[in-house]
Amino acid sequence: MTLIDWLLRDAPLATRREITPKLGFLLTVLLAIVWLIPFLWMGVATLRPASDGINTMAELMPSLKPTLDNIRDAWEIGDFPRYTLNTTIICTGILLVQFVTITLAGFAFARLEFAGKTLIFYLFLMQLMLVPVLLIVPNLSLVAQLGLYDTLTGVMMPFFASAFGTFLMRQAFEAIPTELEDAALIDGASLLQRIRHIYVPLSMPSFSAFAIISVTSHWNDFLWPLMVINSPDKRPLTVGLSVFTATAEGTQAWGTIAAGTLMVIAPLLITFLIFQKRFISSFVTSGIK
Amino acid sequence: MGLAEPAALPVATSAAPRLHVLKRFLGRFKASLPAYLLLLPSLVFLALFTYGAMGRVLIDALYQRATPKAPVRFVGLDNIAAVLADPAFTGAVVNNLVYAIGTAIPSIGLALLFALALSRTNAVSSALRAALFLPVLIPMVAASALFLFIFLPNVGLLDYYIGRLLPVVPNWLGDPDIALTAIMVITIWKNAGYYMLFFLAGLQAVPEDVMEAAHLDGAGPFMRLRYIILPELKPTFLFVIVIATLNAVTQVDHVFVMTKGGPSNSTNLVLFYIYQQAVEHYDIGKASAATLLTLAALMGLTALSFRTMANREGGA
Repeated sequence: MTLIDWLLRDAPLATRREITPKLGFLLTVLLAIVWLIPFLWMGVATLRPASDGINTMAELMPSLKPTLDNIRDAWEIGDFPRYTLNTTIICTGILLVQFVTITLAGFAFARLEFAGKTLIFYLFLMQLMLVPVLLIVPNLSLVAQLGLYDTLTGVMMPFFASAFGTFLMRQAFEAIPTELEDAALIDGASLLQRIRHIYVPLSMPSFSAFAIISVTSHWNDFLWPLMVINSPDKRPLTVGLSVFTATAEGTQAWGTIAAGTLMVIAPLLITFLIFQKRFISSFVTSGIK
Repeated sequence: MGLAEPAALPVATSAAPRLHVLKRFLGRFKASLPAYLLLLPSLVFLALFTYGAMGRVLIDALYQRATPKAPVRFVGLDNIAAVLADPAFTGAVVNNLVYAIGTAIPSIGLALLFALALSRTNAVSSALRAALFLPVLIPMVAASALFLFIFLPNVGLLDYYIGRLLPVVPNWLGDPDIALTAIMVITIWKNAGYYMLFFLAGLQAVPEDVMEAAHLDGAGPFMRLRYIILPELKPTFLFVIVIATLNAVTQVDHVFVMTKGGPSNSTNLVLFYIYQQAVEHYDIGKASAATLLTLAALMGLTALSFRTMANREGGA
């Protein structure tokens, strides 16, 4: 019970002897362990040699003869380097264009007065409601008409404008004191110069929060790229993993599936473990993407 | 332009009132022009992929091809009627309702439990929060790949450890009566940690001194939860319910990877039905009609989330 006492050291003195909160905490600890089991299995199965046979595949105790064969197999059969490259291109492309569109639009909403501001604000808000994934059918025919079927640009395009990002930047820009801008105005700085040299550098935390949300959500996109991409060499990681899983499932190569899954999620997990606090606070702001 | 305006105004009013209105309009437009230019890049993409897409759904839902190669012709509401008469669609709607309720309630309940247990910040609770949050980060496809093995009959993780305790080992993904529940388990595992974050944020608004006072008045943990914490968390609940419902409509990647809607359509969800109509049956008319119905159903939710977001001052 000393650990529990330590955990409750800043709880109100009188409530420390209550049993229910302790039971709740215990239950949460147990569930957190359950929550980690799929990841644990993934790690153990990745290192398990195929010679252990299918019947011990579910064993959560690591094999005594760990091997990297599964990782090598997944790397070679799965074409994961290519998929990783495609996903990186997609996420970077979307993010770069978004940075431009949300900075400009966010500034307009934060600092400029114009006719129809409320109406346009609601037009932006609509995008938060009409979740893009629901509009896959009309957007696919548009992408095809634009000649972008089976291209990475086609995968990226529907996400170039972001209402969420625009509102995030509007909030960030509104918090910047106007005196700074006035000083630059006297020095003769143009609108774009003021955005570039005053507003953008002072809003880096918001940009990084947005980057985290944007990259994780598009790293994980599946249905839309599945519809747009036809050529195997243009698949992003998620589509590649689903094809790879379907193939390997047939041969019961669960070690390779675990290794493939590990490769797909490792970049996200590592980045998360390094920037944990940033991730958590960004996701809290993300409410609706 | 600011200097030219006052000089021009008296002339305009004496000449023709209409011209005056036009000039004022032009003046306002000119003053607004920089803002419009800044908004233009975003508006172009929103017009193409959000508003334009809405319009195309409306139009496409009214047209149909007699054969896959025939030209489209106007069919009015036939597509909508066909979708509503399609047992696969109505089945998907029922599944989706079961799925929405069956994932929202457990994941929100768990999220609340996690948040209450981990609301104090220390090294242990941070580590536990991170563990519970991990599934949120990973692609649904990756989660599905892992759960494919977990649910694998006989040798899978679940059967290996728990199956031996059961009299009959169920075929988790192969049995039409169980498959949807199996799909829901993945969603709960993946989303509970996400909703936990909002409850953690909401709990910070609960005043510590009120809690202490309630305790001194003899309120136990459950009474404090019922009369102090839950009322305080009401906006968070509304917000999380909206997100959970949206997720129930938009997250179907695991259906694609694990069951393809089967066995016998028992795990088919609305968005997967739309995908099937468009990609597997090349039936854009029916796919658009189903999209339209889904969007219409979400309109009610939209109104609700507008209100929720207004409560949270711009959606946080």
